[in-house]
Amino acid sequence: MNQIWIIAKRELRSFFDSLIAYILIVLFLGFSGLFTWLIGNSVFYVNQASMQVFFGVSFWSLFLFIPALTMRSIAEENRSGTIELLLTKPVTDWQLVTGKFLSVFLLIAISLALTLPYYLTLWKLGPVDHGAVWTGYLGLLLMSAVYASIGIFASSISQNQIVAFLLSLLIGIFFHMIFGALAATSTGFTGKVLSYLSMQTHFDSVSRGVIDSKDIVYFLSLVFLGLAGAEIAVAKRNIVEK
Amino acid sequence: MDIVVRNVTKRYGPQKAIDNISFTVHTGEVLGFLGPNGAGKTTTMKAITCFISPDEGDIAVGGYSSRENPEAIRDNIGYLPETNPLYPEMPVIDYLWFIAELHRIPHDEIPSRILQMVKTCGLEGEKHKKIGELSKGYKQRVGLAQALIHDPAVLILDEPTSGLDPNQIVEIRELIRKIGREKTVILCSHILAEVEATCDRIVIIHKGKIVADGTAPDLRKRAQGREILRVAAEGPDAQALSDALLQLPSVALVDPAHHIPGAFEIQSVDGQSSKRQIFDMCVKNGWYLSELTPIETKLEDIFRELTRSN
Repeated sequence: MNQIWIIAKRELRSFFDSLIAYILIVLFLGFSGLFTWLIGNSVFYVNQASMQVFFGVSFWSLFLFIPALTMRSIAEENRSGTIELLLTKPVTDWQLVTGKFLSVFLLIAISLALTLPYYLTLWKLGPVDHGAVWTGYLGLLLMSAVYASIGIFASSISQNQIVAFLLSLLIGIFFHMIFGALAATSTGFTGKVLSYLSMQTHFDSVSRGVIDSKDIVYFLSLVFLGLAGAEIAVAKRNIVEK
Repeated sequence: MDIVVRNVTKRYGPQKAIDNISFTVHTGEVLGFLGPNGAGKTTTMKAITCFISPDEGDIAVGGYSSRENPEAIRDNIGYLPETNPLYPEMPVIDYLWFIAELHRIPHDEIPSRILQMVKTCGLEGEKHKKIGELSKGYKQRVGLAQALIHDPAVLILDEPTSGLDPNQIVEIRELIRKIGREKTVILCSHILAEVEATCDRIVIIHKGKIVADGTAPDLRKRAQGREILRVAAEGPDAQALSDALLQLPSVALVDPAHHIPGAFEIQSVDGQSSKRQIFDMCVKNGWYLSELTPIETKLEDIFRELTRSN
């Protein structure tokens, strides 16, 4: 655990040192703030003291921003050779991968924590369903964990950050949209499977305040799959000369 | 801690990067690891540091097997990879702190260890700069500092002096020799003079196989076989000297010496020395012997002979 935290700490610091973290936070707050408060189906247009608008916007903005955070993590280590440095220290492949994952997840959590003033503002404006707000945040965190682990996986199989970025969007879009869209047009068993695979199904049910073990299993198993895939890709150095 | 490499083979696809190699390095020994590009040096280093695992054979460092206990090995190894990979966005101090933490150095000891490394590796003026801003020589020093920071029992250095200025090279070589007295050191280098100056023993690897293993004088003796002398004399003309030399029973071959007019390089018959006969021959003819120098085979020549592609 300690090694994971040391790696995550370094990554987090590097996010902040290289301005990536600040740019992400500004973009995320700007984007979600704009759509929550000013444009389109904003809180005032809906005329309800509800965070649903914000969660809907974040559902998309996080999907787009997370690959930009993860694309560098392992691809850059592969390219510059620092992976050799790390993995000849007392660090296992799994610790490296989970450390990278943890750093991205924590950065997202920090960004989300910075939107808590939205919640406080709404609280002032009218009656808020507090439970739904917290489960909504939980839904966003779980979804972010999934996309972060997919992003880490995409980053681990490439030396090129652009490839990693596009690949994680490509894998992500299936869970984010395509499975859901296909489920809507399919019936029977296939429809059920596709609907189970769709992120929207589980995000909606969690953010509606229903925390079902079925949803938790979905999120956690995807996170685990992504990280396990990344670990396998990192261990592939034993077969292919890098 | 001894390093024992036993029958290790590593394949990348159909190609064998290293092919059934075995050698041992003892505590208090500096081993020079030589070989042409692509011979398998770096692969061997990667296998010893547990970055990759061998397909066959086993590596033991201080009794720990690389298969069963890679973490214990990594704990005890300081490694400077050939490419010296670093995080350019990190300041030197932060970077060393990070490496010290990974090596589980207790937090209260880290500052003193870092200070010591900064002093040993000559980084005083640069310690607050970002690594990306440093010159190649200073980056190399940072690479050395990270390899030494946890005071490892085993040190593996791949081209440690590349990019350093001559003064620093001498300092680093002295440092390696000093460390080598108590620890186990493997030094990979293309610079043969460096290996000869620093190492107690030399292993030469070619096409994934070990082609030589011994001390520098050992290797010389083995490669040389015949005595080679440079001879020059005042009195006779070149032809007369050459003819007289050829008539000596112990002389096998006479060649004009490169760049020195009037001098000859002679090879003695296997196992014999011609020094006395040449001297006697000059005395008999009334010539003044102006040069009689044994020529040592250079390490370069041995290296080239052993690693020539055939």
